[in-house]
Amino acid sequence: MSLLDVTGLGVRSGQGRELVSDVSFTLEAGARLGLIGESGSGKSLTALAIMGLLPTGMTASGSVVLDAPGLPRTQITGATERDLNGLRGRAVTVVFQEPLTALDPLMRVGRQLAEPLGRRHGLRGAALRRAVVAALEEVRLTEPDRIARAYPHEISGGQRQRVAIAMALACEPALLIADEPTTALDVTVQAEVLALLDGLVSARGMALLFISHDLAVISRITDHVLVLRDGRAVEAGAVRDIVNAPRHPYTRSLVDSARELDSPLDRITL
Amino acid sequence: MTPPTPETPSPSASEIPPEIPSTPEIPPTSEVSETPAILEARQVGFAYRGAAPVLTDVSIAITPGRSVALVGESGAGKTTLLRLLLGLTRPTSGQVLFDGAPLSLRDRGQMREFRRNVQTVFQDPYSSLDPRQRVGRIVAEPLRSLGLTAAQPGGSRVDHRVAAALEVVGLPADAALRYPHEFSGGQRQRIAIARAIVCEPRVLLADEPVSALDVSTRVRVVDLLAELGESHGLTVVMVSHDLAVVAMLCRHTAVLERGRIVEQGDTASVLGSPSHPYTRRLVDSVPRLPSGA
Repeated sequence: MSLLDVTGLGVRSGQGRELVSDVSFTLEAGARLGLIGESGSGKSLTALAIMGLLPTGMTASGSVVLDAPGLPRTQITGATERDLNGLRGRAVTVVFQEPLTALDPLMRVGRQLAEPLGRRHGLRGAALRRAVVAALEEVRLTEPDRIARAYPHEISGGQRQRVAIAMALACEPALLIADEPTTALDVTVQAEVLALLDGLVSARGMALLFISHDLAVISRITDHVLVLRDGRAVEAGAVRDIVNAPRHPYTRSLVDSARELDSPLDRITL
Repeated sequence: MTPPTPETPSPSASEIPPEIPSTPEIPPTSEVSETPAILEARQVGFAYRGAAPVLTDVSIAITPGRSVALVGESGAGKTTLLRLLLGLTRPTSGQVLFDGAPLSLRDRGQMREFRRNVQTVFQDPYSSLDPRQRVGRIVAEPLRSLGLTAAQPGGSRVDHRVAAALEVVGLPADAALRYPHEFSGGQRQRIAIARAIVCEPRVLLADEPVSALDVSTRVRVVDLLAELGESHGLTVVMVSHDLAVVAMLCRHTAVLERGRIVEQGDTASVLGSPSHPYTRRLVDSVPRLPSGA
């Protein structure tokens, strides 16, 4: 049984417009998949549908089955909020693009992180404080004590995204969804955060669904991608094959744009 | 006129005229001394009161036809430098010069001339256009605020100039009648560029002009900026952390780290053989497509 089985997923807006149609893919435990597409391609809506987090008014159709070890096998489309709450955190969590809006601005970082850690592991007091520091150390934050006492606005964007990753990992999810997690970061910080994610996902044996509009970024972290356009899957396969021999004209135009953008820099630096 | 050769080991100190103080921050490129700069930051520094300096001893010259990139991480001072060059903020030390004269924010005549020649495009095309105004009115704004609305001898009327600007950026003339929300992100950035070039400036200062756009849209907007440089004699100064865009568009690159220019020169040599470890780290961090099998 696959960890995640998406079959014929569709998402409609409140006005009945089809935003995602007939998207299907599966993800085994510990496997990785990239979702690539431009704005409006439906990649983020696909992620939200898997989390059961679609904005009010939008409706999902088709089937999204999540089968995480130790948890009941659940059909996400049509599940009750109560069933979903049992899955979020332990079966699946998400890291969003903008860490500033993902964190509560009025709560110290350590307290935000303590909430899922305490609930998942039944920790309190000194043991919980030690777990918070350990979680911050795991995402390679130096000075974990200072970061734990800080408010989100007092730390840098890269540090905030590391905190968001630590929170996502706090419940030891079977599947991590990363929705453009490095788009808001500088290139050097982006490289560090990608390396961090890569290492953590491997070390914990998590499955990863990585969403991006940037083929080069996706190719750093996953071997397989699904190309989305206007809410439909147009091509799937190994990153290497897609980049070297795109079959669909849209994929070809994506690859060509990326190459065109890179070529002046390649001429200089390679 | 010989192109500067960065490899030559000969000391350039002998070439510096004695009346110029021999500070290390004076850009070593010979072009700077040949062509008078339109816009120049001369040893500028900037600090908020009681805080550590944001910029320290920064010198950079914007000469006609030489597009410039300011690269560095967030917090390096790129945007602050751009604000100084735009005359939005006054440096706490050093000078900003416009056509050789120190920029005085109080001198209304000079500022009017300055605004006409130095325009800007912001990063986010969603927040930089007033959602309640039609595109035609948005694009005409610089003409109104600069008092260029009256038909000039040999000049043309406002709506003609707006239509011309929209055409240059590749938007249909009827775009003027529509509202910003009817356009995609790439089209909105074109509207912002049309607004910037409608008064025919010589310099365009752009803060991350394509970072909010998809890859294919990014290529088209960069092409547009490059074309404006060639056909309209527009010199683009761009803040970016996207080195691919920099290599595509800019001839000169200045690398900022913690408020200082640590390296500047021809883009090909700065990015191709970085001499500063920070520049090397930037180049190495750029994600690349996997190469052929």
